[in-house]
Amino acid sequence: MFSLLWLIPTIPLASFIILVFLGARFPKNVTAIFGVGSVGLSALLTILLGLTFLTAPPAGHAYNQVLWTWIGVGNFSPAIGFHLDALSLLMMFVVTGVGFLIHLYSSEFMIDEEGYSRFFAYMNLFVSMMLLLVMGDNLLLLYMGWEGVGLCSYLLIGFWYKESANGRAARKAFVVTRVGDAAMALGLFLLFTQLGTLNIQEILSKASLQWVSGSKYAIAAAALLLGGAVGKSAQLPLQTWLPDAMAGPSPVSALIHAATMVTAGVYLIARTNVLFTLAPPVQTAVAIVGAATLLISGFSALAQRDIKRVLAYSTISQIGYMFLALGVGAYSAAMFHFMTHAFFKALLFLGAGAIIAAMHHEHDMFKMGGLKDKMPVVFWTFLAGSAALAAVPLISAGFYSKDMILWYAWSSKSGNVLLWLAGLIGAFITGVYTFRMVFVTFWGKTKSAVEKLPGIRIKIPLIVLGTLSIIGGFVETPETLGHFVPFSHFLHTALPEVNAFHLGIGTEALLQLIAAIASVGGIYLAYTLYIQKAIHTREAPRGAFATGINRFFFSGWGFDWLYDKAIVQPFLWIARINKDDIFDTIYTGIAWVSRWIHSLVRRTQDGKLRYYAVGIACGAIITIAIAVFL
Amino acid sequence: MAVIPMEYGLLLAGILFSLGLIGLLVRRNIVFMLLSIEVMLNAAGLAFVVAGARWGAPDGQIMFMFILAMAAAEVAVGLALVLQMYRQFKSLDVDSASKMRG
Repeated sequence: MFSLLWLIPTIPLASFIILVFLGARFPKNVTAIFGVGSVGLSALLTILLGLTFLTAPPAGHAYNQVLWTWIGVGNFSPAIGFHLDALSLLMMFVVTGVGFLIHLYSSEFMIDEEGYSRFFAYMNLFVSMMLLLVMGDNLLLLYMGWEGVGLCSYLLIGFWYKESANGRAARKAFVVTRVGDAAMALGLFLLFTQLGTLNIQEILSKASLQWVSGSKYAIAAAALLLGGAVGKSAQLPLQTWLPDAMAGPSPVSALIHAATMVTAGVYLIARTNVLFTLAPPVQTAVAIVGAATLLISGFSALAQRDIKRVLAYSTISQIGYMFLALGVGAYSAAMFHFMTHAFFKALLFLGAGAIIAAMHHEHDMFKMGGLKDKMPVVFWTFLAGSAALAAVPLISAGFYSKDMILWYAWSSKSGNVLLWLAGLIGAFITGVYTFRMVFVTFWGKTKSAVEKLPGIRIKIPLIVLGTLSIIGGFVETPETLGHFVPFSHFLHTALPEVNAFHLGIGTEALLQLIAAIASVGGIYLAYTLYIQKAIHTREAPRGAFATGINRFFFSGWGFDWLYDKAIVQPFLWIARINKDDIFDTIYTGIAWVSRWIHSLVRRTQDGKLRYYAVGIACGAIITIAIAVFL
Repeated sequence: MAVIPMEYGLLLAGILFSLGLIGLLVRRNIVFMLLSIEVMLNAAGLAFVVAGARWGAPDGQIMFMFILAMAAAEVAVGLALVLQMYRQFKSLDVDSASKMRG
C-alpha cells in the first residue's frame, strides 16, 4: 500500500502536463474533470494511505520511498525520495483534501473566465509542488517544491494579467519571498558543507551529534532556515507581499495564500525542529517574530475595508500564532492550528469569493450588507468559519487549537508571560476584526442586489469546510475538557513533545477562561460598534488622531512605505546614477568611434559609378605596383 | 615573314587598354561604358595573344577564347541591366542611378 506513495504528487503533475499541452482544445467540463479529478484521486490515495498508516503503522512510524538518485556528484547525491511520517501525512491530508474542495469550488467559480484550463493547469502544478515540498526526504527536493509553489503563486496572483496592478502584485510576491528563499538556499549550503548531506533525517541525527546546543553553526543554520520560513509564511519583516497577493482569484487565495503555501514555513521549522532546539536564540526569535506579527497584522486587519485584505491580514496573524507555538517548542500545537486554520481560512476565502461574485466584483465590505437572508448557505458557513477564526469557546475548532497555543506560550519552559499576553491581545483583536467583517457584510441594510447565487459545486465545499471548522477541533481537547488527545499522540511519533512545566489543571482552566473572555469580549465589542451603534453607517467626522491611526493600520503599519523609502527608492537611485558609470564609457566610446569611421567611409558610397571605377583602377594600379616593385 | 616585335604588340595592347579605361571613366552613358569595357577586355586578350606568339605557346590563344566567352556573358548580363535601367530611370546616364548612395 505504501508503495503507491509516489502516485500522490505524480497524478496532479500528469494532469498539469495534459492540461498545458491539450487544455486549450478541451471543452470546459473535460478540463474540470482532469483538474478536479486528479486532485481528488490524490486525496483519495492520501486517505487510504493515512488509514493504513493509522491501523498498521510502518516500522518506526515512518516510511521512506526512494525512487532514484536525482543528482550524483561526489558525495552529493540527493535522491528523488519521499518520507512519510505523521507530520507529512497531516500536511498531505490538508493539501489534497482542502485542495480538492477548493478545486471543486473553482470548477464552478471560474467557469466564465478566459483561461479556464490555464487556471487548472497552474492549480494542479501547485498541488503537485506542494506535495513534493511536504513529502521530500531531502532539503533539496523540499527546496524544489518550495520554489515550485512560489512560481505557481506568482502565476496565479497574476492570473488576470491584463490588469497591470495584478502583475505588480505578482512580482512583489515573487521578489519579496525571494529574499527569504536566498537565505534558505544559504542555509542549505551551510548544512551540506557542515554535515555532508541534505537528507532531512540524516541532518537531524547528525546535527544533534555534531553540534552542541547554542553552537554557532546551529544558530546560523537555524537562522537562515528561519529567513526562508519568514519569507514564505509572510511573517515580519517580509509580510508585505501577502495582502497584495489578494489580486489573484479567490480560490487561489484560499488554497495558496491561506491553507497551504504560506504555512510551508511552519512545516519547515517543524520538520527541522532539532536544529531549532539546538539554537535557543533562534527559537526565541521564532516566538518573538510570531508574537509581533500576530499583533501587527491583527491591528492592520482592524482598519481594512476590502474583505479579502481583512482575511489576508488575519492569515498573517494566524500564522504568527503558529510561529509563536513553534517558538515555544509546541510543535504539535502549531500543526494543530495549521490544520484548523486551513479549514476555516479556506472556507472564509471561498465564502468571500462567493460574496464578491454576487456583488458585481465589489471588494469593499462597507458597500455590502444585509446578505444574511439573501445567501443563507454562504452566511451560515461563513459564520462557522468566523467563529473558528475568532475562537468562539467550546463549539469551534479554532478555540481548541488557539487555546493550546496560548496554554503552551504560558506553560512551556521557553514561553513567558509576554508571549502569552501578545497571544491574548491577538485573540481579542481577532474577535473584533472577524465579527466586524461578519456584521458589516451580513447585517444591516442591503446596499446592492445579489447578482448570482452560488451553485452546488460552490455550496458543497463550503458546507464540508464549515462542518470541519466546527468539529475539526475535537481531535484534541485540553486537560480541562476531557483530555482527548489522539492528534498530538499521533504527531508525537514524528515531532518532539513540548517541554512544559506542570502547572496543574486549575491554572489551565483559569487561563482558558481568560482566553475565552478575550475572544468573546472582542466579538461583543464588534457587536456593540457595528450592530448597536452601527458606526460605519454614520458620517461623524473623526478626530485627527483617529484618522491618523486608522490610516497607519490601513497601510499595514507603513511597512510598504518604509521598504519603498529604505530599499526600493535607493535601489532605483543607484540604478539611475549607475546607468552611466565608468565601465559604460568604454562601450559608448566604442560605439562613438565606429560611428565616426562610418561617417568617413560613408562618403565613398556616393552612388557615382564612374568614381567607383576610378577607385577600382587606382586599387589595381597600386596592387600591381606593390607586386612589381616590392 | 617579318616578325613584329613583342614590344609593339604589348604597347598597342596598353594603348587600347588605356583608351578603354579613359572611355569608361569619362563617359556617362552606360552603353558607351560597356563598349569601353569591351575594348579593355580585347586589349587584355591581345596582350595574351602577343605573349603566346612570342614564346610559341598555345596558352595565350586559349586564354583569349576564355576572354571572348566571358565577354559574351558579360554583355548579355550588361545589356539586360541596361534595359532594366532604362525602364526604371528613362535615361542611360549612370549618375541617375545613385539612389543607394551612403
